[in-house]
Amino acid sequence: MSTRRLEMIGAWVLGLLWVMPLAYAIWTAFHGSAYATHFSLTAPLTLINFPHAWDAAPFARYFLNTMILVAVVLVAQFALCTPAAYAFARMEFRGRDTVFAIVLLQLMVAPDVLLVANYRTMAQMGVVDTIGAIALPYLGSAFGIFLLRQTFRQVPQELDDAARLEGSSLLGRIWRVYVPLARPTYLAYGLVAVSYHWNNFLWPLVITNSVSTRPLTVGLSVFASTDQGIDWTIITAATLMTSGPLLLAFLLFQRQFVASFMRAGIR
Amino acid sequence: MRGDALKAWALILPSLVMLVAFTHWPAVATLWDSLYSTPRGSRPGIFVGADNYLDLLDDPVFFTALRNNAYYALVTIPASVLLSLVMALSVNAKFPGRALVRMAYFTPTILPMIAVANIWLFFFTPDYGLFDQIMGGLGFGRHNWLGDSATALPAMMLVAVWKEAGFFMIFYLAALQSMPPDLAEVARIEGSSRWNFFRRVTWPLLMPTTLFVCVNAVINAFRLIDHIVVMTRGGPNNATNLLLYHIYETGFRFWDTAAAATMTVALLAILGALAALQFGVLGRRTHYR
Repeated sequence: MSTRRLEMIGAWVLGLLWVMPLAYAIWTAFHGSAYATHFSLTAPLTLINFPHAWDAAPFARYFLNTMILVAVVLVAQFALCTPAAYAFARMEFRGRDTVFAIVLLQLMVAPDVLLVANYRTMAQMGVVDTIGAIALPYLGSAFGIFLLRQTFRQVPQELDDAARLEGSSLLGRIWRVYVPLARPTYLAYGLVAVSYHWNNFLWPLVITNSVSTRPLTVGLSVFASTDQGIDWTIITAATLMTSGPLLLAFLLFQRQFVASFMRAGIR
Repeated sequence: MRGDALKAWALILPSLVMLVAFTHWPAVATLWDSLYSTPRGSRPGIFVGADNYLDLLDDPVFFTALRNNAYYALVTIPASVLLSLVMALSVNAKFPGRALVRMAYFTPTILPMIAVANIWLFFFTPDYGLFDQIMGGLGFGRHNWLGDSATALPAMMLVAVWKEAGFFMIFYLAALQSMPPDLAEVARIEGSSRWNFFRRVTWPLLMPTTLFVCVNAVINAFRLIDHIVVMTRGGPNNATNLLLYHIYETGFRFWDTAAAATMTVALLAILGALAALQFGVLGRRTHYR
């Protein structure tokens, strides 16, 4: 057997191993609880686990909270990172490199680590247990600034100059020249940011304590740890429900996603 | 050009304010807090100097968490980075079903860790769980994977590597696909072996990606503890207690904020040292444009 063929089989086996937990979750979620632990191809399919899970906890509210959270974070990050990235990529000013290094420190010290101090800040601002408090520590993003800066640097300077000659203002040039050309980067960064905040758990767990603010992840953990016992079919149904929209979005954008990272210039 | 500098600062300021308010300032405030006692009720904390640090030296759980986290990082960082590279190389070649395999590698990244933890919790269940069913089929007896302090931490490592490798793969894949194909062509004509080509050309060109991926892997090894919260709560007998989990418990279950702040300082020091190390070692071999 050729090495190529061996490598292909290796890739297949690894892929199979990797997808197994998800495959298992899908299998269990669509079968009765009697089949959660033993596999049989003739087991009858059922959809009943989904309405059961949906009714067992206020998931509609959790979904709404997560969507508000993700939307707020995404819009704010784009709005804040874009001008900063432009300044770091295309403007000369004293202290630029120092400030950029200070910004990049956030890559090493994620806000997640600073739970205790951030909780106190939120308490002092009187915003504990609000969706805003979940979002606040993440609105400034070193990752976003870094990624957009790399992209903006690849935009031909002549386009910027031409727009300037036509009388475009600074913000006008960013909006009409840089943002459209960086669309793949926005897509890639957007998907990473959405999945990060859709999935984020520890900080929301700490800062929220009511149904009206809890995101899906925290809601799911409350649901799975309390009265469910170990009815795995319901838990896996809830698990799939909560990650379904995200999974779908990635399947749809998969190709653009990789292509975007290629162009974004993290190499 | 004075006006330009002013404009630049105006563009940066909103981001800078948010970053400083919720990353840099809390880091400094944590250092400050670690020198004070925990405020109780209306009584504010008083200055205690190094007392919190001396108390920390007497906390055996802190050292257990430290040791666990070191072990956890030493295994999960190289394993996930290496595996992600292997994955990227494997789906960079053309073969039937490539898109499916790539998707399989990547799906764990999209699933919330908390949801994934539920699935893995079931896998590790004694008797019914997948692991025990497979082991049973091979003639081994039942095993309480998460209840045994010898296997609980390795089980957590497995979950972490499974979750992260696919994410890092994307960065390697993007880097591989943007390499000029004529390089491989030339190497083949010159009769260079594939391993040689990888070692001499591909690997050095991947250096900036490796640096980026390593920075992320390091921070994740200390930051991502969702699976610990759901699956083991640090147990059994602190066998899976990691630093941030211990901080979380101390700060938000026992409300001893001074002790939590002190441990956060230790964690920040570790992250800082590791960052300096990475940029020192890998950064020197990396060429950014």
